[in-house]
Amino acid sequence: MSEATVRKQRPKFLALNEIRLPLPGIVSILHRVSGAGLFLFLPFLLYLFDRSVGSPESFAAYKSVVSNPFIKLILFGLLWAYLHHFCAGIRFLLLDLHKGLELEAARKSSRIVLIVSIALTLVIGVKLW
Amino acid sequence: MVKRIVVGAHYGLRDWIGQRATAIFMVIYTVIFALNALMLPEMSYEAWSGMFAGGFLGFLTFLFFLALFYHAWIGVRDIFMDYIKPTGIRLALHVVVLFLLVGYAGWAAQILWRL
Repeated sequence: MSEATVRKQRPKFLALNEIRLPLPGIVSILHRVSGAGLFLFLPFLLYLFDRSVGSPESFAAYKSVVSNPFIKLILFGLLWAYLHHFCAGIRFLLLDLHKGLELEAARKSSRIVLIVSIALTLVIGVKLW
Repeated sequence: MVKRIVVGAHYGLRDWIGQRATAIFMVIYTVIFALNALMLPEMSYEAWSGMFAGGFLGFLTFLFFLALFYHAWIGVRDIFMDYIKPTGIRLALHVVVLFLLVGYAGWAAQILWRL
């Protein structure tokens, strides 16, 4: 079993403050950050959904909760997280199918993901609130 | 020559596929949900809760929650595998997340069943 420890020595450069992440890298880490954020806020979102469909009274209570500016800001952030995770996820699925693997295409698609998710967030967010 | 000990047959393949299958389902659900929401005559309690009450969208919404929680499990597990090195702590976190997600699934069922 000791043979499992045979490993290639690879150079490491992990000065996080000096690494300039390329666009696809930014999309990738934001995919992870947005996913983690959505997970952490799941109980809050379930609570809101529960209130919104519970009864006419709880619907009114839900309305007053989401009209709070601070809550609106959080929901705006979560909306972006969902949409970014959504768009970046579709991009990753296409990469799985070997579509857009070339450097130029990958950079272009990551720029599209960033722009489209922010644009959709603004359009939906402004329409909702 | 690369010496490699391959353990097990297809470790992780099921989760890899599960993550993508749930993702594709959630993309389709998101579009269906958005279309239904856009077609609501007004944003009232009756219209909004009626959208999920029984029927096809209610069924899909429950599946969406299950897909979401399974998807979240794989994603959060991957994050812990990457960043939490001590095995004991990682295992404990995995158990906490699993319990939470199963609890959320029960909560989601209770919300939708009540309608």
